[in-house]
Amino acid sequence: MSANSLQLCLLFSSALFCIGLTAALSRSNAILVLLGIELMLNAANINFIAFWRFGPTPAPATGVLFVLFSIAVAAAEAAVGLALVIAIYRHQKNIRLQEATSLKG
Amino acid sequence: MTLPIQLLWVIPALPLLAASIGALTPRSGRKLAAGTAIVAMAAAFLVSCSALLGALAEPAKHAFYNFAWFDLGASSVRLGWLLDPLTAFMCVMVTFVGLLIFIFSTGYLREDENFARFFCFLSLFAAAMLGLLVANSLLLLFVCWELVGLASYLLIGFWFHKPAAAAAAKKAFITTRIGDLGLLLGMLWLYDSTGSLLFYDAGQGILEPDTLGALAAQTTIGGLAVSTAIGLLVFCGAIGKSGQFPLQVWLPDAMEGPTPVSALIHAATMVAAGVFLIARVYPLMAADQALAGVPFHALTVVAGIGAITALLGAVIAVGQNDIKRVLAFSTVSQLGYMMLALGVGSWTAAIFHLLTHAFFKALLFLGAGSVIHAAHHEQDIRLLGGLRGPMRLTFLTFAIGTMALAGVPFLFSGFWSKEGILHAAHGWSVSPLPLYAGLAAVVLTAFYMTRLVAEVFFGSPRSHSAEHAHENPAVMTAPLTLLAVCAVALGFVGTPAWPWLQARLNGQTAVYGHSLLEGGGLMILSIVLVALGLGAGWAIYARRPRVSQTSVDPLAANAPRLFAALGARLGFDEFYAATFGRMTAATATFADGLDRYVFDGAIRFLIRLGEFAGLVNRETDEDLLNGGFDAGSEALRSAGKGYSRAQTGDAHSYLRVAAIGFVLLVLIIMLGGLR
Amino acid sequence: MNSLPLLSLIVFTPLAGAVILGLLRGLNPATSRALALFFSLSTLGLGLAAVTGFDPAQTSAQFVERHEWISAFNAHYHLGLDGLSLVLVLLTGVVTPTALLASWTVSRNPRLFGSLFLGLQGAALGVFLALDFFHWFLFWELSLAPAFFLIKLWGGPGSSRAAYQFVVYTIGGSAFMLLGFAAIFAASGTLDFVQLAQLATEGTLGARLAAIGGWWPQAVFLGVLLGLAVKVPLWPFHTWLPPAYAEAPTGVSMFLTGVMSKMGLYGFLRILWPLFPAQLHDASGWLRWLALAGVILGAFAAMRQTNLKRMIAYSSLNHLSYCLLALFAVSAATGRAGMSSDASTAALSGTILQIFNHGLSAAALFFCVGILESRARGAVAIGLNDFGGVRTDAPIFSGLCGVALFSSLGLPGLNGFVGEFLIFRGVFGLDPWAAGLACLGLLATALFMLTFWQRVFHGPRAGATLGGFSDLRGVEYAPLVPLVALMFILGVAPQLLAHLINPLVTSWAGHLTLP
Repeated sequence: MSANSLQLCLLFSSALFCIGLTAALSRSNAILVLLGIELMLNAANINFIAFWRFGPTPAPATGVLFVLFSIAVAAAEAAVGLALVIAIYRHQKNIRLQEATSLKG
Repeated sequence: MTLPIQLLWVIPALPLLAASIGALTPRSGRKLAAGTAIVAMAAAFLVSCSALLGALAEPAKHAFYNFAWFDLGASSVRLGWLLDPLTAFMCVMVTFVGLLIFIFSTGYLREDENFARFFCFLSLFAAAMLGLLVANSLLLLFVCWELVGLASYLLIGFWFHKPAAAAAAKKAFITTRIGDLGLLLGMLWLYDSTGSLLFYDAGQGILEPDTLGALAAQTTIGGLAVSTAIGLLVFCGAIGKSGQFPLQVWLPDAMEGPTPVSALIHAATMVAAGVFLIARVYPLMAADQALAGVPFHALTVVAGIGAITALLGAVIAVGQNDIKRVLAFSTVSQLGYMMLALGVGSWTAAIFHLLTHAFFKALLFLGAGSVIHAAHHEQDIRLLGGLRGPMRLTFLTFAIGTMALAGVPFLFSGFWSKEGILHAAHGWSVSPLPLYAGLAAVVLTAFYMTRLVAEVFFGSPRSHSAEHAHENPAVMTAPLTLLAVCAVALGFVGTPAWPWLQARLNGQTAVYGHSLLEGGGLMILSIVLVALGLGAGWAIYARRPRVSQTSVDPLAANAPRLFAALGARLGFDEFYAATFGRMTAATATFADGLDRYVFDGAIRFLIRLGEFAGLVNRETDEDLLNGGFDAGSEALRSAGKGYSRAQTGDAHSYLRVAAIGFVLLVLIIMLGGLR
Repeated sequence: MNSLPLLSLIVFTPLAGAVILGLLRGLNPATSRALALFFSLSTLGLGLAAVTGFDPAQTSAQFVERHEWISAFNAHYHLGLDGLSLVLVLLTGVVTPTALLASWTVSRNPRLFGSLFLGLQGAALGVFLALDFFHWFLFWELSLAPAFFLIKLWGGPGSSRAAYQFVVYTIGGSAFMLLGFAAIFAASGTLDFVQLAQLATEGTLGARLAAIGGWWPQAVFLGVLLGLAVKVPLWPFHTWLPPAYAEAPTGVSMFLTGVMSKMGLYGFLRILWPLFPAQLHDASGWLRWLALAGVILGAFAAMRQTNLKRMIAYSSLNHLSYCLLALFAVSAATGRAGMSSDASTAALSGTILQIFNHGLSAAALFFCVGILESRARGAVAIGLNDFGGVRTDAPIFSGLCGVALFSSLGLPGLNGFVGEFLIFRGVFGLDPWAAGLACLGLLATALFMLTFWQRVFHGPRAGATLGGFSDLRGVEYAPLVPLVALMFILGVAPQLLAHLINPLVTSWAGHLTLP
């Protein structure tokens, strides 16, 4: 039962990750790419929780703590990402990633 | 009243004080400078007389007073004063003759603008000479000896604007300094072997038997006794100062100085110093006399040099045409006599001749000065003549001086003192040659002095200046008269019948005279020789006096080459210039060239070497090292360019790469690749 | 002994003066000259104060100041004064103010000139008083910088080259010395002269150096010798000297010859001789020939010089070589059976007296040549043949210059004689042939000095003096009169100096042994 629950969780997170990856790779809208990245991050968070919950020796709240940090980092990252998106918008009047190539080497 | 020995320094100090005052007076202070100099000299004369009285009371005693000059090691370097009859007689002579010369100078240099300076130098000269006389230490004597040299340098070069005077002064200083170096070495040797330079020091002094015995007992290079070697080195100093062969060359040139200076140099001070030195260190010179196995004795050399000089000076004097040069060479010759006397063992005869010579040579020089002054500085005897009439007093005194110098019998002092020397030479057992040289010089002396008197005072004036010559004021003739009196009278204190002076010098209180007839044969011979010289001179020069400036000298007519050689002083100067002068110049060039080319060249070579290394360094740097660096950085840059192409700027491509990487990682993990 | 740090005051007062003059930018020339003179006179004042508190009978260093400094090098701030140092401090105290007075007419930036000069003085004093190699060397090198600028900025037309040559040559020498001392430090762990001398007399120093490698003691000795030999200079390391002395401004030449050349001699007496007695003894056999060459060839080379300053420079070489000759003779004779300790005492006393006396007379002579140069109005190089008959127009100047000249050629009654006599006395006792040969130097000195005198002062007016030659005036008396007065005083009463050094020298001569 517990193994199956773990597998279920992992299947779920894998699906979520693949959805996120697809979104990040296929969309040209920068905000949607950011959303995809958030999805992948959350997939990883689910993995943390699952391995904590079904792991061999569940220490008190380690997985939860990781996830809390991860969410905080994700929030900060989202803030930076959105600020960058706004800056790109100001610069090129749209947020298409294909056109934002001024960092080309 | 006798002088306490501690106060003996007063004698040189008085003229020294006058010299310092003279040095500080401005040019306008003529009377002050001359006045102090004369007063100081007179005072020194009086003090010397009182010292003489003290010395005569105990003639055998060497009264001395020593004191420390400065600390050296556990002891100190000591100096001292010495009073014995030798010192006392010399002091009286120097101060008296000096005083007369000073007085004469006030007339002679009346018109010179450096009058004050002249008296300063004269006083310094006298002070140095007196210091030399009273010294009880060879070191102090050497100090004064050098100061005598300095003063003579200053005085010979007194008319320094004349290049000849400046050169003569330098020549005198350098020539005498060559001898002085010998004296210095002798002194160092003495100091090193005895630890003292004091003459008398209660048994420890260098002239006292213990020390001398020790010195004579040691031998040094060539089998000489140490005392012989030291004596010879000391004698070098005397050779230089007293114008002995081979260093006689400076003395005639010293005539460039004002005539009173010549008088002072030739009579009282400078040249007397050499004879005095040998007389002073006579115990040292004679310390080796008792030794049998030595190659030669110090005094033998002294006698030989003296004989050569006596003859040489007399020969050259015959061919001179300058009134002062004739006298100068006569001084050389007479000094040779004195050295001869010292060498043959009779130092008292030498000092007796030194004293009498001082008076009559001062007389002759001042007489010559009187002539020169009257004849507007004309010194060439060919241009003078006929001065007998207008300058009667000068003529008379000059004639007295001439007769004293020539040794005209019985009345004149020079006769007695010269007789003493010849007598001593006769008694010398080593060789008869000095006697023969002395006798030959007697003839020549009488001859050239007669020639001089005949040319200057007889005949007719041969130039404008000689025609207008007239007698000088009393300030100049009075010293002449006084000196003339002395030149006559002084002889009687040392005749064989009553050798008072010699006895006192020898430290005896009683006088043991022997008969005038002892050694009479020699005396008669020398009288004959004097007569021969006088007669020849009279016959050749006075009977048919020169009529014009250009008429040929009778001797030159007969032996022109010989006479020219004599006139050129037998070429000593040229010889020295060609040898020592050249050698000095060559050494100087060598030393300078060594610096300029060899050492500087070495430095320049090192610099070139450095530059070359720099060049090599630059080449290697640019080609090898820098080339390597350049290539390396070029590769890095192109690699960077290549990598930067991956930086597309497209966020999707980055993500794509990240995803592919992720998938690869997952696959590797799943296939167990990391185990 | 004395609560006041007297020696520090001696060293640092001039240095403080240098800093003050360097900082006060708006100072007018007259004030800066006066200020520089005041600070330089402090040495004389403090030196005389040291004389009053000085106990000649005590032969070790007095007024000692010793503090920890850099513990990593075991370096101490260690000052001390014995008879030798005292003589040199007094010499510096006399020569520097006179040199500054001689430079009174320097119109280009007198403030900087004074500042550099005081720096030079302070450095020299530091060398004379330091007892620890660390700051001894510091001062030794420090003296070069002001000297370089003084020569280069205020010197004659060729001064730039001369200054470079001087500095590079000297630094080249002292680099070897520094290496040598590095080795000494590595071997012994101390840089203190007193301790090192102690080690050297025990023979430990040589043994420890030899423990590094067999040839190390000799190599270190050579390095130190080279550094000192260049400074004195020892023939043939002297070629920097004539151009440097000739191109430097008068006051600087006075200081260079009067004080700076003595730094080298001081080093010989204070460092080389006590620290390497055995090595110096071994080397003295041929070093003696070098010193003799300096005596003789120096004098003869002077004869060939037409530039008067170069001539005096060569005469300096000649005079300083006498000192070295005496030292080498003593060292060579050390340990010889029957060696006369009287002779060694005389030679060493003579050396120290000669150091002082040569400082006086050479400084005076350089000043006189400087006067000639200034009167020549820069029209010609100051050559032997560019003057004539100066004595006609300038009797006072000629008289004073004549005294300096005769003092330099060792006329008795003036200061030069006593030192030379004692040196000759000592050398004769230790090495008679060397003394005999050295006499040639005396003769040659007389020859060129009198030639100088004859050409320049005698004869008819010629060259630069044709248009008249004005006698000394105003401030020109100030340097010459005290120097000449001292020449007379020390010539008549050498005891004034001799009593300061005699116990020291006696104890040196009494303890001459080889480890």
